[in-house]
Amino acid sequence: MAIKGFKNHPYIPNSVPEVQQEMLKEIGLNSLEELHAEVPEELKLKENMNLPKAFQSEYELRRHVEGLLKKNKSCNEYLNFLGAGCWQHYVPAICDEINSRGEFLTAYGGEPYNDFGRFQSLFEYQSLVAELVDMEVVNVPTMDWAQAASTAVRMASRIVDRKEVLVPKAMDQEKFLIMKNYCDPDITLVPVDYDKNTGLMDLEDLKNKLSSKTAAVYFENPSYLGFIEVNGQKISDMAHEVGALSVVGVDPSSLGVLEPPVRYGADIVCGDLQPLGIHMNYGGGQSGFMATMDEEKFVMEFPSRLFGIAPTIVEGEYGFGDVAYDRTSFGHHREHGKEYVGTQSALWGITAGVYLATMGPKGMEELGQNILQKSQYAISRLNEIKGVIGSRFNTVNFKEFVVDFNATGKTVKEINKELLAKGIFGGKDLSSEFPEMGQCALYCVTEIHTKTDIDKLITAIEEILHS
Amino acid sequence: MKRINRNFKVRNFHQAKWDEPIIFELSKKGERGILVPKAGEEIEKAVGDGISALPETMKRKEAPNLPEISQPRVLRHYMRLSQETLGADVNIEIGKGTCTVKYSPKVNEALARLPEMTELHPLQDESTVQGILEIMYKTDLYMREISGMDRFTFQPSGGSQAIFAMASIVRNYHRDKGQDEQRDEIITTIYSHPSDAAAPAVKGYKIIYIHPDEEGYPDFEAFKEAVSERTAAFIVANPEDTGVYNPRVKEFTELVHKAGGLCGYDQANANGLLGITRAKEAGFDMCFFNLHKTFSTPHGCGGPAVGATGVTKELEKYLPAPLIDYDGEKYFLNYEVTNNPYSIGKIRMFNGVAPVVLKAYAWIMSMGAEGLYEVAKVAVLNNNYLFKKLMEVDCVDAPYIRGKQRVEQVRYTLEKLTQDTGITTGDIQRRMMDFGMHYWTSHHPYYVPEPATLEPTETPSKEDLDEYIETLKHVFKEAYESPEIIKTAPHKSVCHQVDESGMDDPEKWAITWRSYLKKYKE
Repeated sequence: MAIKGFKNHPYIPNSVPEVQQEMLKEIGLNSLEELHAEVPEELKLKENMNLPKAFQSEYELRRHVEGLLKKNKSCNEYLNFLGAGCWQHYVPAICDEINSRGEFLTAYGGEPYNDFGRFQSLFEYQSLVAELVDMEVVNVPTMDWAQAASTAVRMASRIVDRKEVLVPKAMDQEKFLIMKNYCDPDITLVPVDYDKNTGLMDLEDLKNKLSSKTAAVYFENPSYLGFIEVNGQKISDMAHEVGALSVVGVDPSSLGVLEPPVRYGADIVCGDLQPLGIHMNYGGGQSGFMATMDEEKFVMEFPSRLFGIAPTIVEGEYGFGDVAYDRTSFGHHREHGKEYVGTQSALWGITAGVYLATMGPKGMEELGQNILQKSQYAISRLNEIKGVIGSRFNTVNFKEFVVDFNATGKTVKEINKELLAKGIFGGKDLSSEFPEMGQCALYCVTEIHTKTDIDKLITAIEEILHS
Repeated sequence: MKRINRNFKVRNFHQAKWDEPIIFELSKKGERGILVPKAGEEIEKAVGDGISALPETMKRKEAPNLPEISQPRVLRHYMRLSQETLGADVNIEIGKGTCTVKYSPKVNEALARLPEMTELHPLQDESTVQGILEIMYKTDLYMREISGMDRFTFQPSGGSQAIFAMASIVRNYHRDKGQDEQRDEIITTIYSHPSDAAAPAVKGYKIIYIHPDEEGYPDFEAFKEAVSERTAAFIVANPEDTGVYNPRVKEFTELVHKAGGLCGYDQANANGLLGITRAKEAGFDMCFFNLHKTFSTPHGCGGPAVGATGVTKELEKYLPAPLIDYDGEKYFLNYEVTNNPYSIGKIRMFNGVAPVVLKAYAWIMSMGAEGLYEVAKVAVLNNNYLFKKLMEVDCVDAPYIRGKQRVEQVRYTLEKLTQDTGITTGDIQRRMMDFGMHYWTSHHPYYVPEPATLEPTETPSKEDLDEYIETLKHVFKEAYESPEIIKTAPHKSVCHQVDESGMDDPEKWAITWRSYLKKYKE
């Protein structure tokens, strides 16, 4: 059976047979089969691949995919309290409007002249995030927070020339796995224990593990489990005392109300941009950033592209370009450049810029306050349920909190199953990630939750546990 | 009134130029871009202002210095910046070699923006995400058919991260076999993507480069010398970024296997090979496809993206968790296959970049096997047409495999033009912008002197190709006749030549607006 092509395909102008003949003639060939002459016959497929037949119209394709997507139950339909690294926030319509623009959506590696808007918008995103974290240098985004954290600790390791990094034991275990693989084989991650009552990093354990081998201490604020690491300054000081760097991961949606990490000693800050105007996308909206002060020793260790502003030959005109391009693996040094660079998540960077420009200082402050109030309200209401502890740790939280169900006689799995039947996605079950906590779940409350939503959750849990 | 003469060969183009301020310059105290929901009286009554609960040391003392701009002004600013960006939707994408910039169908984008996609949380109960899991699982099946591999992961969020994932698998595979210490080298070729060297180097590997032989193929004799008991893997693009396909590729992979190494296939250049030849038959153990390139999803200024990474059955256990599976009744996240100490664990948070996978799925379903074959044939036809026409131009040459076909792209050299006129490939690049065209040189260092890498894909029409060719010829003619116009280009792009003298100087560079203001006071 001969291989067949798809003639007159709407996406392929030159699939018109007459045009193909004309072009083949120009290059001295008779048929399309004569192309691929360099591929040996024994490596060539002899018949068409075994794939489903193409839809014969755009309409049928659309119906088909819409039909598949209808099998999903989205967080518009259900009431969602899941967070744990991907958070449901309100996405201003302007963010989608801008990131749907075909010019941005389909641009890639053009130059600062013809892709000027891409350079300016990413420079602006860098500048806006810099204000949020109160630092001076921000990169073109990396894949996600985990990648940003991985690179941040590798940067720290190069800067101080040491190979051990301390991380909180109470961190996202999947993020830990990503960092571990990224640091392997030369950098070791050492978990530092947490205080069982507060969740905070155990300073005694930290002290014991800090040494002249320590390149960095990595911690997060708010932490993975939602509590605020109030000892940030102490941790940074302890790191600095042994000549290590302080690397802090941060949820940018908190920074309208929480002190930026640089104010408690952070040398490198990283985090995820997803809360800033990017839909959850089943985890496809993650996008990482890193920030430092404008010092050569930091800047020259970034593997990412850094867009800089510059004058042009015309007075009064802005121009842009790559700062210290030869740092990167795109530069002359290839594998001797800093780690590697490539396609990451630039469109989400532009989107985060639009979000921050739209929110402004007031918007970010109100967002933070709103999240604090609503999560505190949820915790207080959960505390009213017999057997439930609204927040397992007696430290103040931002957005997320560990709900303790140990005294309810039911597992989180059982509770979540019943919540699901009531149209609610309960918090993330932590029982396998942190077995020592028993039956606990990580709940997330943001500005999208109304009082009615929270009350509905409380009523549902009441019913599940006590009726 | 008269008939308007449209009989010209090059376009009288001018790109949009708005001369926009930097966003901070638009700030006006008191303006708001959006109103944020309030907690409401009842919540406030119950818990107070929320902020008082924070310890004093953790409260933000000074509000972030973000601009204050009303919504129409924010929108206008970014709309203008978008107009100042030459995306594939508005231009003939022939000049961006290695990038495979093709048409990204609008229907796929519309589907990926439905709330049943965008409003999914990755930790939702599996029963509530059956649709997206089915799409991801089936895309995995199609990728298996397209490559001959046995299982794919969609976690790597770009080609370079896919290479990193492959290098991570290489390390854990040899660790599993007890040979990790001994095998510390990865072999690639100089015309494979720089990330084929850079990403494995992060995993601690020493990189060995194979150069072309006299004819222009990767030098097999040198390769034989390089392969040894220290070889961890061979990671290579084929065709390389020159568009040269190595017909002896199977001998290369066999040699590596004999020596105990693995073979990873960088399929960033797969567009000309869909339905023609596969990773499996060429002897590779792993491969990846850029869904944002070959599968159209699109590029998004540089992501979100996916480097879909496939492996043979033998390597499946080393993949990151979870894999997406189907038990005959329901789709589910499979943590079992990779539940062993040698899995690389995790590459990206959650389960991959789902909307990108969705768009690739829709693209495959709009193509079928016959469509993918057509894509490959037309991409190669377009490229060889362009190749033929450009090689007829006196100042253009392309080193390697003389008289033979290229696959989907060619790396040309303008060395003669530079020798004749002093005009460099970088100058040509800037001048092409005056006609609304991208033109890409090469990765660094320039192994091909004065390089130009052009990849038409299946998207341009014959007329588009002819316009690109005519424009290049016009610019070459200018190089000989009026080089000044090229040296001072661009003239019709968004801005004029950038003074890059500060870009490598820590005292001068400005990576953020605040750094700029600090370094350059009025």
